[in-house]
Amino acid sequence: MTDVIISAAITVAGLGLASAVLLVLADIFMGVKINPVEGKIRDCLPGANCGACGFSGCDAYAKALAENAETPANLCRPGGKETTESICSILGVEAEAAEPITAFVHCGGDCSKQVDKAIYQGLRSCAAAKMLYGGKGSCLYGCLGCGDCAAVCTNDAICIVNGVAKVNPEKCAGCGLCVAKCPNHLISLVPKAEKAVITCSNHEKGAVVRKECQNGCIGCMKCQKNCPAEAIKVENFLASVDYEKCIGCGKCVEDCPVGCLEMLKA
Amino acid sequence: MKELLIILMSAVLVDNYVLNKFLGICPFLGVSKKSDQAVGMGVSVIFVMLVATAATWPIYTYLLAPNGLAYLQTIVFILVIASLVQFVEIFLKKFIPALHRSLGVYLPLITTNCAVLGVTINNITDEYTFIESMVSSLGCGLGFLLAMWLFAGVRERLEESDAPECFKGIPITLIAASILSVAFMGFGGIIDKLFA
Repeated sequence: MTDVIISAAITVAGLGLASAVLLVLADIFMGVKINPVEGKIRDCLPGANCGACGFSGCDAYAKALAENAETPANLCRPGGKETTESICSILGVEAEAAEPITAFVHCGGDCSKQVDKAIYQGLRSCAAAKMLYGGKGSCLYGCLGCGDCAAVCTNDAICIVNGVAKVNPEKCAGCGLCVAKCPNHLISLVPKAEKAVITCSNHEKGAVVRKECQNGCIGCMKCQKNCPAEAIKVENFLASVDYEKCIGCGKCVEDCPVGCLEMLKA
Repeated sequence: MKELLIILMSAVLVDNYVLNKFLGICPFLGVSKKSDQAVGMGVSVIFVMLVATAATWPIYTYLLAPNGLAYLQTIVFILVIASLVQFVEIFLKKFIPALHRSLGVYLPLITTNCAVLGVTINNITDEYTFIESMVSSLGCGLGFLLAMWLFAGVRERLEESDAPECFKGIPITLIAASILSVAFMGFGGIIDKLFA
């Protein structure tokens, strides 16, 4: 009887000891030492792995922050101010907040304004729609409305309203995934502040634009002439706003004869 | 060769661990909300099953059985599998960090999942040779992956569906799981006919 107990106990204890030795040896020879600072920073980051910081994912950014003191702590767009502050408190440096930004779709040619040239019934993808004669709308520069940007958004910030993608600035983290996705390059990152933004990307001449879309910029130069801060420039029949100069007075929005400028809400 | 093929096919389809033997239900219900996670879990289970079988079969055959300690198999298997998974995790972290990142979350979860333990013990009960045991583990893992993947697809649809209020969430999920299980019972007998 005692034999059975002893042999069983020895076997289990021996196997347990062997496993323990194996694990201890493995930890000594193959253990990966993670810099504790890096681990803490990694926990602060949102883990979206969007790449907006310029590093390949959150792990790489945390590593860069921990190892190189010159890496700016305010690069994480999805995390925003809170993340920057917590990173700075770990690193023990002064927080320097990044200007909040949001994605904006530079097209306002929705179903009521843009003239359709065809009915598109294919794959619900902007990239596919674009390949077929540049999409269903007559404007070759406008929003294709199939929602490739909405599909790629991790924050659910984009929805298609009346055939045109709209970004909800409150939800937008400014990661820029949609900017890269839009086949017509309609989306750009703009400051989340009270600034004028153009809702058209059409570079054609005024008369052509008029036939395609009621919202299109006709390049009349009125905004450029009247802007008190000289923040708007019309090039190739399309106005563009310099957000650094724009004071958010709203004069251009009132003046625009087609209504293709609007104020962004802060 | 034909023997091995029969073992593999019957482990995947007929004796599916989740849908026929009802082992490993916890991850089956827990991690099947999204198909990418379900596939990650399935791949991890295959991996752990293979490693576990490769370790436990020799231990049983050359250590426990000759010394009349066969009754210790459950506790010894748990011990060996748990420490082995820990070891593999350390190994992956050092040498294949990319794989560790994708499997890492699931590995500790399934250290001694009942499906993993079930495979190793069933291999012994069925008196398989080492090669047969490995093939059977691979088949069981593939069957688990298949069940997880199929069920994740079903659940993604269920999320969108308009189920009656009292069935929403877990109840409708369990009903779907049982229907899937009944569907897999339809595979019974297919192996005999295929290889007859």
